[in-house]
Amino acid sequence: MTMIKKLLTSAVASALMVSGAQAEISDNMVKMGYLADMSGTYRDLAGPNGLKAMEMAIKDFGGSVKGAKIEVVSADDRNSPDVASSTVRRWVENDKVDMIGGMVASSVTIAATKILEENNKLGIVSGSAASSITNEHCTPNHIHYVYDTYALSIGTPTAIVQEGGKTWFILTADYAFGHAMEADVTRVVEANGGEVVGSIRHPFPTPDFSSFILQAQASGADVIALANAGADTTNAINTASEFGVTQGGQTLAALVLFLSDVHALGTDVAQGIQLTTGWYWDMNDETRAWSDRFMEATGARPTMVHAGIYSSTMQYLKAVEATNSDDSQTVRKYMMEHPINDMFAKNGRIREDGRMVHDMYLAEVKTPEESSGEWDLYNIVRTIPADEAFRPLSESKCKLVSM
Amino acid sequence: MNETVKQTDIQKAILEQQQSEHRKKMILNGVLLVLLLVAPLVMYPVFLMKILCFALFAVAFNLLLGYTGLLSFGHAAFLATGGYTTGYLLSNVPGLSTELGILAGTLMATVLGFGFALLSIRRQGIYFAMVTLALAQLVFFFFVQSSFTGGEDGMQGIPRGELFGLIDLNDNLNLYYFILVVFLACYLLVQRTVGSPFGQVLNAIKQNEPRAISLGYNVNRYKILAFVISAALAGLAGSMKSVVFQLASLNDAHWHTSGEVILMTLVGGAGTLLGPVVGATFVVNVEYQLAQGPLRDWVDPILGGIFVLTVIAFRSGIVGEIQKFMRKNLS
Repeated sequence: MTMIKKLLTSAVASALMVSGAQAEISDNMVKMGYLADMSGTYRDLAGPNGLKAMEMAIKDFGGSVKGAKIEVVSADDRNSPDVASSTVRRWVENDKVDMIGGMVASSVTIAATKILEENNKLGIVSGSAASSITNEHCTPNHIHYVYDTYALSIGTPTAIVQEGGKTWFILTADYAFGHAMEADVTRVVEANGGEVVGSIRHPFPTPDFSSFILQAQASGADVIALANAGADTTNAINTASEFGVTQGGQTLAALVLFLSDVHALGTDVAQGIQLTTGWYWDMNDETRAWSDRFMEATGARPTMVHAGIYSSTMQYLKAVEATNSDDSQTVRKYMMEHPINDMFAKNGRIREDGRMVHDMYLAEVKTPEESSGEWDLYNIVRTIPADEAFRPLSESKCKLVSM
Repeated sequence: MNETVKQTDIQKAILEQQQSEHRKKMILNGVLLVLLLVAPLVMYPVFLMKILCFALFAVAFNLLLGYTGLLSFGHAAFLATGGYTTGYLLSNVPGLSTELGILAGTLMATVLGFGFALLSIRRQGIYFAMVTLALAQLVFFFFVQSSFTGGEDGMQGIPRGELFGLIDLNDNLNLYYFILVVFLACYLLVQRTVGSPFGQVLNAIKQNEPRAISLGYNVNRYKILAFVISAALAGLAGSMKSVVFQLASLNDAHWHTSGEVILMTLVGGAGTLLGPVVGATFVVNVEYQLAQGPLRDWVDPILGGIFVLTVIAFRSGIVGEIQKFMRKNLS
């Protein structure tokens, strides 16, 4: 009897707590923070245009949710976790920010999400690559929306080996990030019946890639994979272009490369490179329509990160409206239960570890002859289904995944 | 008879002047202290702690540049070593109280500083700067490659813990006053060092090294000691920073950070006690304010411009220029 009483009281208590949390939108205002690199290396990937994307979403949503005003604050994280950490702390502790979007450098993202977890606010990460964000660093307070290194370093090799590129040479940045990608690529290539004939590690960062590219070229491998990122990748591609790697019949596979990088390199240099992307502006009428509006507002075509910021902001606001709450757990739960169908993703869903899984695409950079304009850069070669693209939950080290 | 009277008068006058100057200084220090004590009630404590950590870092750096005339371009190595050591210990040794973690970080930086000093002190000027830069890059490489630092992701989620096992440092105000006490102690230490006979020798070395040698001082030994003290304080700043932010990252070890501390010291005024503190406050504030506003795309060019302007037009920095102005017009 007492047992039942206890159970009943606790059930009532927890029901009260849940309804208490769902009560309504705090301060009658939904406040969003946009944190990204506004001035450094990742400026073009997310940067000020990402803020524009977020503001576009708010405008399209109508500027308010159920009578509550939507506000945006933004800051430059300067790719420094210190700056990010103090900014996010101030936002959530003093400025009543409910949700934070953007976030690019992995150290920035992890620092920010730890603070969000402490304060029980929500983060939607669109810019970061590191797959550890939803693996060992997962929290119940963030969602990783657009892509991750797992998807990039698994997607491209699988597709290329299946298309017939059997022998591989890997050029690896000599630090943990590069090593992890090299291991991923090797595993995938071998699992699909290919062979890694050689690999070479270059210091991080490296301005001159000639000797590395020459060795890769001399290996005679079908495919040269670039297991590095940022300036290292673009430097390697520039050098490869000078030595005529793709013209010589070898395929260049860049694991971490974005539309903004390819745009900066130009089709002359980047032609023929294969890469994985989460989204491309010129895929269908829906993406083109949105990109035209984005172009009008910013003067540039959106990267997958920009599209992800728009889409995730929209999903977030929908969830706030449907649940009539800006409590992070209520909103996140709603977002997990409702698949995402918009111009960014079809049937995208958010898993319990916070990973948003959706189809990824293998793209090939167009040749200058094929390209009809400065932003006409990719041919989408094939679709990588969501289930293959992301790390399966069975391999997850995330504390939220129950085995 | 007459002459002796005059002499005592002069002595008295000098003494009085010194006393009034001393009084003025005490009043200024008192005002600053009160400001520091009430600051967290007005401003955001984490931000203030960041300023204090960087101010300590700059004070440590200034001991070398401003008072010994040595331009080290590798001080980020000590900041990072302190931070990573403290972070690693606090994360991995259960029950370790925070002050011991910070002490251990400081100790590591001190040892590293001794190593740096032994190797770099044999060269002067630009060569000294280059040797320290090269050594700091080695340290950076070590942190990039080691798995315990978390590489690019950084070391995250460092527990703040409890001071002496008693005071909960997760409370921002508690932590602020702890950091403030440590900072003031270090500031006083540097003040004493600079004013001591040891500091006079350092000054002599700065002004004319061959003359100091000819006077019979073992110059290298003095330089090494100054370098080690500076490294230890820089390490302490790094250790406290990792506790404040609960993270240590590669940014701390990057040469940008070594450059930033030079900027702070020069803008504030090298060779003045308060200069680095003012410089750190200024730079951290400019960075923060600009990052929020419409000029956020221009933070680096603006800081660069300030640096150029300081070097060309205001060579003694903010505090140095104010002192000059006061001396000219107010006495």
